[in-house]
Amino acid sequence: MTTAEPTGPAEPTGPAEPTGPAAPTGPAEAVAPDGGPPTRRAWLREHSELGVCVMLLALGVIVLTDALTMDVALTQRGPIGPRTVPIAVGIGLLVVSVLLAVDVLRGGRGEAEGGEDIDLSEPADWRTVLLLSGVFLATAVLIEPVGFPVAGALLFWGAAYALGSRAVHRDPLIAAGLSLVTYAVFNNLLGVPLPGGPLMGVL
Amino acid sequence: MNAFSSLMDGFGTALTPVNLLWAAVGVFLGTAIGVLPGIGPAMAVALLLPVTYGLEPTGAFIMFAGIYYGAMFGGSTTSILLNTPGESAAVVAAMEGNPMAKSGRGAQALAAAAIGHFAGGMIGTILLVALAPKVADLAVDIGAPDYFAIMVLAFIAVTSVLGSSRIRGLASLLIGLTLGLVGLDQMTGQQRLTFGSLQLADGIDVVIVAVGLFAIGEALWVAAHLRRTSGRAIPVGRPWLGRQDVKRTWKSWLRGPLIGFPFGAIPAGGAEIPTFLSYVTEKRLSKHKDEWGKGAIEGVAGPESASSASAAGTLVSMLTLGLPTTAVAAVMLAAFQQYGIQPGPLLFERESELVWGLIASLFVGMVLLLALNLPLAPVWAKLLRIPRPYLYAGILFFAAVGAYAVGGEALDLVVLLIIGLIGFGMRRYGLPVLPAVIGVILGPNAEQQLRRALQISDGSVSGLVDTPFSVSVYAVVALIVLWPLLRKVARGLLNSRRNVTE
Repeated sequence: MTTAEPTGPAEPTGPAEPTGPAAPTGPAEAVAPDGGPPTRRAWLREHSELGVCVMLLALGVIVLTDALTMDVALTQRGPIGPRTVPIAVGIGLLVVSVLLAVDVLRGGRGEAEGGEDIDLSEPADWRTVLLLSGVFLATAVLIEPVGFPVAGALLFWGAAYALGSRAVHRDPLIAAGLSLVTYAVFNNLLGVPLPGGPLMGVL
Repeated sequence: MNAFSSLMDGFGTALTPVNLLWAAVGVFLGTAIGVLPGIGPAMAVALLLPVTYGLEPTGAFIMFAGIYYGAMFGGSTTSILLNTPGESAAVVAAMEGNPMAKSGRGAQALAAAAIGHFAGGMIGTILLVALAPKVADLAVDIGAPDYFAIMVLAFIAVTSVLGSSRIRGLASLLIGLTLGLVGLDQMTGQQRLTFGSLQLADGIDVVIVAVGLFAIGEALWVAAHLRRTSGRAIPVGRPWLGRQDVKRTWKSWLRGPLIGFPFGAIPAGGAEIPTFLSYVTEKRLSKHKDEWGKGAIEGVAGPESASSASAAGTLVSMLTLGLPTTAVAAVMLAAFQQYGIQPGPLLFERESELVWGLIASLFVGMVLLLALNLPLAPVWAKLLRIPRPYLYAGILFFAAVGAYAVGGEALDLVVLLIIGLIGFGMRRYGLPVLPAVIGVILGPNAEQQLRRALQISDGSVSGLVDTPFSVSVYAVVALIVLWPLLRKVARGLLNSRRNVTE
C-alpha cells in the first residue's frame, strides 16, 4: 500500500499542491543546502506522509467518478438518490487530502502508534511485513484446495517463522495442534463450517 | 414493568446453565486477552465475532460483555507488572502500580486494581440499571432526523475528541464511510463502487473491516517494530490488602465511578480521559502526597474503578441510542446488526429478555471476575511470558478463521489483508482506527436515516432540524466543532481583562 514505498507517489503532490503560504517553504528547504538529489530524497522521506494525501485524493476521485457515472434516471426515489452521499464523501476526501497536505508541509506529523511490544526507535522491518503478507496470501490461495487444517497450520507456522521463531520441532507441532483444534471447535462444536480438505476426507 | 422486576427476570435469563457458561467463557477469555500484550478488547471482540455465528444472540452478548469487562480487569495486570500498557485506559494504572510492584508491593497493587474494577463495575452497572430505561423512555419517540443527528454526533465526536489531530481523524472517518458505500444502495439497489464485481455487490462485511483494521493492521504494525528484548514481568504473589491499605483506598474505589460512568456514556474516547481525571483527583485529595510517583495505592484504586464504570456508561449509550462511544461498543453494535437487531430506544421493549439478561450477566460476570482475578493473578501473570512470534502468529491465524467464516470465500482473506495493510498505514501515519470503524458501521445507517428524513420533509433541509431533540444534538455538535475556537476566545478575553485590571 502507500506505506510500502512512500517516497514514490509523494513526489508529484509536494510542490503541486495549492497550499498557500506553506508551499514555498517545502521545496525551498529541500533544495537549499546543496541542491543535489540526496536532499530531495531526504525531503521526500521526511514528508512521506504526503503519500497518505495522494491516496486520499485518489480515493476521492474514484468515489466521485463512480457516483457521477451512475445511471440513476429510473431508480431515483425521494428527494435524494443513491448519488448524493457518495458525492459528499468524495468531495470530503478531496478537501481532507488538501488540508492534510497543508498540515504536513507546515510541519505537522501523524504520530506513529506505540504499544507494549513496539519499539519505534528502530527503523521499520519491511522484510517481516512482506513475509507475513506473503504467508497470508498463500493461505488465501491454499485454503480451498488443501482445506483449513493444513492451510491454517501453514499460516501459523509461516507467520511464527517470519516473526523470528526458530524452534524447529516445536513450531510445526504447535501449528498443527492449534489448527486441528480450531477446526474441530468451529466446524463441529460451534457449527461454523470450515473446509476440511482432502486430509479430513481421509480421517 | 419497572427496572427492578425486569432485572430479576434478567437474572432468570443470565443464571440458566448455558448463559452462565457463556459468561464464564467470556470473562475467562477477556481476562486472558487483557493480560496478553498486544490484544485490546476491541480486537478481541472483533476476532470472536465469528464464534457467535452458531450462537443465539443472548448467549453471544453475554459472552461479549464478559470479554469487555474481563479485558479491563486483565489489562491492569499487564500495566502493573510490565509497565508497558497496551490500551490507553491502562496507562494510568502503570503510573503508580508499576512503582508499587518494583518496591515489592505488587500484590497490593493487583488487589487494589481488581477490587477497584469490581467496585467500579458494580456501581456503574447499578447506574446503568437505573438510567438506561429512563433514557430509552425519553428517546422512544425519536424519528429519522433524530437518529441522523445522533450519528452525526458520533462521527464528529469520534474525529474531534480522540487523537491529537482532527484532520487525521476526519481522513480516517472518510475512509470508513467509503468502505461502507461499497455494495448495493439499500434504498434503490443501485451498484456503488462495485466495479462490476459480484462479490463486492454484497458490500464489504463489517466483520472483515473490523478484524482487518484491528487485528491484521495491529499484527503487521507490531511485526515491523517488534521489540527485540521483551520487558520482563515482575514476579508477584497472591494479591491481598492490609487493613491500612483498605483504609486508604475505599474512598477512591467509590469516587472512581462518579468520574468514569458519565465519561463512558458520552463520546469522549472511552476510559482514557476519566482514568486520568480520577488519577488527578486522587492525587489532590491524598494525605500521602509524598508517595505519588513512587507507588501510591490510591492512584491504582481510583482510576481502575473509573475505567470499569466507564465501560458500563458506554453500554448506556450503546443500548439506548445505538451510539457507540468506544471501539468495543462499535464492534458490539456490528454484532447486533449481524443478528438483525437495531439497538435504540425500542430495544428495551422489543428485546427485553436479551437486554436484561445481558445486564444481569454483567453482575454475574463481575463476581466471576473477582473470583478469577484475586487468587489467580500469579497464574495470569505467566501469560506475559508467551513468545511474541506465537502471539502475533496466533492473531493472524484467528483473523483468517474469522474472515473465512463470514462467507466461506477465499477472496475475503485477500480483502482482509488489503484492509489490514490500510490499518498498518493508518498506524504508521497516526490516523486513528476508531473513526474508520465507526464510519463503516454507522455510515450506511446514517445515509438511510438522512434519506428517510428528507423523504418525510419532501426534500426540505428543515426536516433535519424540526425536532427539539435533533436541535439539541446539533447544538452539542456545534460546541464540539467550535471548542478550540471558543477556548481561544475565552483565553483571549481572560487575558485582556487581566491586562485591564493591572
